[in-house]
Amino acid sequence: MATVDTPVEARRPRPLRQRLLGTDTLLPYWLLLPSVLYLVLFFVIPLSQAIVVAFQDPDTGAWTLKNFSDLLRWDYKFKPALKWTFLLAVTIVPLQLVTALLVALLVNTRFRGSQLFLYICAIPLGLSDLAAGLIWYGIFADRGFLNSLLYALGLIERPVTILSYTQIDWLFGAVVVAEHWRATAIVLVVLVAGLQMISKDYLESAEVLGANRWQRLWYVILPLLRPSLQAALIIRTIFAFEIFAVVIALAGDFLPVLAERAYTWYFFRQNLQFASVYAVIILAISLIFTVLYLVFLRVREEERR
Amino acid sequence: MTPTMPPDVPPGSRRLTPREARNRVLLYMAVVAIASWVLLPIFLIAVLSFTPREEFFGWPKPLIPSRFSIETMAFFVNSYGVLESTLNSIWVALLTIAITLVIAAPAGYALSRFVFRGREAFRLGILITRMFPTALLAVPLIVLYYRLGIYDTLVGVAFIHAAMALPFSVLITTSIFVGVSKELEEAAMTLGCSRLEAFVRITLPLALPGLAAAAMFTFVISWNEVFAAAVLTTQNRTLPAQVLANLRASQPYFKVAGGFFMTIPALIFIFLIRRYLIQMWGGAPAER
Repeated sequence: MATVDTPVEARRPRPLRQRLLGTDTLLPYWLLLPSVLYLVLFFVIPLSQAIVVAFQDPDTGAWTLKNFSDLLRWDYKFKPALKWTFLLAVTIVPLQLVTALLVALLVNTRFRGSQLFLYICAIPLGLSDLAAGLIWYGIFADRGFLNSLLYALGLIERPVTILSYTQIDWLFGAVVVAEHWRATAIVLVVLVAGLQMISKDYLESAEVLGANRWQRLWYVILPLLRPSLQAALIIRTIFAFEIFAVVIALAGDFLPVLAERAYTWYFFRQNLQFASVYAVIILAISLIFTVLYLVFLRVREEERR
Repeated sequence: MTPTMPPDVPPGSRRLTPREARNRVLLYMAVVAIASWVLLPIFLIAVLSFTPREEFFGWPKPLIPSRFSIETMAFFVNSYGVLESTLNSIWVALLTIAITLVIAAPAGYALSRFVFRGREAFRLGILITRMFPTALLAVPLIVLYYRLGIYDTLVGVAFIHAAMALPFSVLITTSIFVGVSKELEEAAMTLGCSRLEAFVRITLPLALPGLAAAAMFTFVISWNEVFAAAVLTTQNRTLPAQVLANLRASQPYFKVAGGFFMTIPALIFIFLIRRYLIQMWGGAPAER
């Protein structure tokens, strides 16, 4: 075709597109605009609204801490909810980090079938927390699989009640198991991606210099994986504070947690103030960890240079 | 990290030393154990969902039911509001896909094709919103939704689901457009296509399978979401909201069947888009 030889500048007259959208230098901004607007709209408006509802007197509109002090006075489950949410987070997140690291190292040996293995381990990533909670309910319930298994092994005579409000430690344990099963996949995927980014050169050099397997893990892999470990840790910690449906499915409101309280106050008692206060508390915790994430991410950028 | 092998010998074609053989056996034992830990609960709830009612409550309960029965699943599907809320869930997911793709695909295209000021800032914003507990914003949205008249509507739920899915969608579409050769597009433009024509006639067809994956991922996010849907609806509930609202009063077999019912579509879609799972949480789109 003749047009191929035409000089680029003389290709065609200034098209309509350019008059509408400016030059190519502006085009990317037009393309990003909808996303930016949507996210700003959906984060800024509800966030400011949450602060307004949580910090304003519903009758007078004056700025006040009354909602918080009322909550402390009326909701005797506030302190337990705070306690259990923190306890769940500090129990589950380190467990997940260790398990995910071991599995990620296993995947990274690139054995035959490792991709299938990784996919299987990532399956819970696609499950809702409610479904995961109900799956484990089927195992822990009175006539569930755990009891049947223990009976088949001759360990028990009759069903043992695991999920009962009289044994809050057992409820806690059940939630830890279910949440570990459900949400370790995210940590795993972050760590696998991090391991893939580590250049083989480092490992080969270490090997040439006589480092054994453990030395390579301890002095080469783990330090280079630190940014991914931090990212996974912070992502999982933020998610741990919104733990919700797994707890509801397994423990109802007998194991109070922050998000469950927000839901209960709005859904069963129509109290938007208290629900907002809980939402603000969780959002504030999340924001703190987001800032930490940013700080660490900056470290990461510098390390890359 | 396996001991050094001669590079010209493909693995497996060489006789293993006893030590290597032992290590390999240990490796596969660990792999099978971990995979079972992940798969067993899903398998168990599937078995339980198709266990006849009398055996569900019987004791001692056999580990394998004596016959296959759809009673429990039929009870769940026919329970009040379940069918309707399933349809609602599908509608919300489709709306979410529509909103998300229309907004995210241009952004993904921009990130994949252009170098511009603010690019890194935008990517950082996407990474942060990806991990933000967006569902909790549903609580303050209640008032606004009432004012706008979209409280308890499927559109309202789809809006917040789209806000949750958007960061992921931008990341997926970016990596998809990176995968479609820029040269093909430029060739088309040299031959007289405008950028839009080049996009529609060259890039879009090549990107369609990837965009389908992005749509499925969005479907899974919306289908699975519990908190926001439960807070923003009272009558027009999605399936998870419906199950959650009835949880306290419901029978064990309702819960089990509900858990399994919600799991099936997620499992299918996750299988179809397994290639993208790592990219979603690995941080960097394929480009790096």
